Amino acid sequence: MSKAGWIRTVVLVAAVGALEIACRTGAIPATMVVAPSVMVLALVHTLQSDEIGMHLRHTLSAVAIAMSLSIVGGFIIGFILNWVPFLRRAFSPFLAAYYAIPHFAFYPLLIVIFGLGPLPLIVLATLFAMVAMILATMAGLDRVPRVLLKTARIHRLSLLQEIWRVRLPAAAPHILSGLKLAVAYSFIGVIAGEFILSTSGIGHEIAFAYDNFDNKRMYALILFVLAIVTTFNMAVFAWERRMLRRRGA
Amino acid sequence: MASVQRLAAVDAASAPNIHARLDGVTRVYPPRAGHAEVHALGPLSLDLRAGEFFSVVGPSGCGKSTLLDVLAGLAVPSAGTVEFEGKRVLGEVPDGVGVVFQEDASFPWLTVDDNVAFGLRRSGVDAAEIKRRVDFAIGFMGLRDFRRAYPSQLSGGMRQRVCIARTLVLQPRLILLDEPFGALDQQTRLLMGDELLRLWRETSATVLLITHALDEANLLSDRIGVMSARPGVFIDIVETGWPRDRDSRLAERPDFGAVTSRLWSFLRGESLRALGQGTAAAAR
Ligand SMILES: Nc1ncnc2c1ncn2[C@@H]1O[C@H](COP(=O)(O)OP(=O)(O)OP(=O)(O)O)[C@@H](O)[C@H]1O
Ligand SMILES: [Mg+2]
Repeated sequence: MSKAGWIRTVVLVAAVGALEIACRTGAIPATMVVAPSVMVLALVHTLQSDEIGMHLRHTLSAVAIAMSLSIVGGFIIGFILNWVPFLRRAFSPFLAAYYAIPHFAFYPLLIVIFGLGPLPLIVLATLFAMVAMILATMAGLDRVPRVLLKTARIHRLSLLQEIWRVRLPAAAPHILSGLKLAVAYSFIGVIAGEFILSTSGIGHEIAFAYDNFDNKRMYALILFVLAIVTTFNMAVFAWERRMLRRRGA
Repeated sequence: MASVQRLAAVDAASAPNIHARLDGVTRVYPPRAGHAEVHALGPLSLDLRAGEFFSVVGPSGCGKSTLLDVLAGLAVPSAGTVEFEGKRVLGEVPDGVGVVFQEDASFPWLTVDDNVAFGLRRSGVDAAEIKRRVDFAIGFMGLRDFRRAYPSQLSGGMRQRVCIARTLVLQPRLILLDEPFGALDQQTRLLMGDELLRLWRETSATVLLITHALDEANLLSDRIGVMSARPGVFIDIVETGWPRDRDSRLAERPDFGAVTSRLWSFLRGESLRALGQGTAAAAR
């Protein structure tokens, strides 16, 4: 393991250990936080229960749909806005102010429009995640050095070849970072939406446990969400590293 | 301004085979937010003879790179016409023109090998021929030990060599080079200059080289165009008369210095003018 890796592990283990001791000695009451070991046991117990699989399925399928929509849609919209200057001029004020809007305040409205199924959740998460992808795609395409586009012309590439062989590879690092954001925002959008108003999903289960003072189950589920998101992020991260290493970075 | 109108004496009398022709070309960059329009170049005329080595020297910002863009068909002249091999150049790069830019234009996501082969892939050239040309260009540019490296692992001068190799594999008939050795040390420059001369002799391509090194222009060229401060026009075109079979040892010749001196005598005033130090300083 690298030195940084060691430091990271030591800090993590120390923090978890400190929390364990604080909870065991009663310095932190169980009504506030339960000990990590209790969380893990509760998680094992929860995972063995029958309905958790259903909740997990609901959450993950909503995330998967929102993620795909926001990545594909965000890329296409970002590309078009970059290509057509007057569209960009028309929409860039909205984009700039977009993340200043408290999206979740509109969730009740989405429920009124789309009903109580998974649809409003998917719409909310997609709206939340897509703009990050749009902005990253535009930033990436903006920053393609002009001399590379000139080089494409020197090689007499057609428009499609230019886009495929020069523009997109040159913009790839930015587009990738937008993709990572879109993944994270999709998770946040779905789980937070479930938390506010939903009848199923992991977020709903956390809120339900909270409302019933079931701290063990609540922390177990939070731990679970953390584990899922971390695993997913690490996979994306590893993939990005592989791509970037191909540039000798 | 009018004092600079000691214009280019392009000899129309002896009309050798003209490879490319600029006729009354100007280039004006349109005004942009907060900036007035910039008259970057011309009006300027030039006949590039087939197979000659022509260098352009001039003060920074005088429009040399703009001239190259216009000649390559990368920029449309605001007035005047450009011809290559008898055909008008109009907003498209003609087949047979190779360009090496002043800036680093290597593709960071490709290895040296793939960078060099970039223009040959999907070009209809067969694999064995691609390999032959890439091997040659990479060897020629001294990149043999770095074939699988990425540009981020190379020095600035090496990246520029990658770009030169990438141009060579296309076997252009007109090669435009914009300060290709700018990032190289003096010794390497001299050697690369010799290699460039060898290549030029072997391929019989026409070469237009932009450089800020007067000795280099002198050594390499059949003719040297000296440009005025912006908007750049040719204030002198020096015919060196060097033998075709030359190399860096040319610098030992007694008449070598005279050419460099002549270039400098034209350039000194223009360089001062380009630095905005006015005509008073230039006149001293
Ligand atoms: N894209 C552009 N838009 C507006 N003005 C430009 C643009 N490119 C160049 N210019 C202007 O045109 C003039 C000539 O530029 P150019 O790059 O041709 O000079 P140069 O002779 O190549 O300079 P250097 O020796 O420093 O490379 C400069 O004054 C520059 O400000
Ligand atoms: Mg230049």
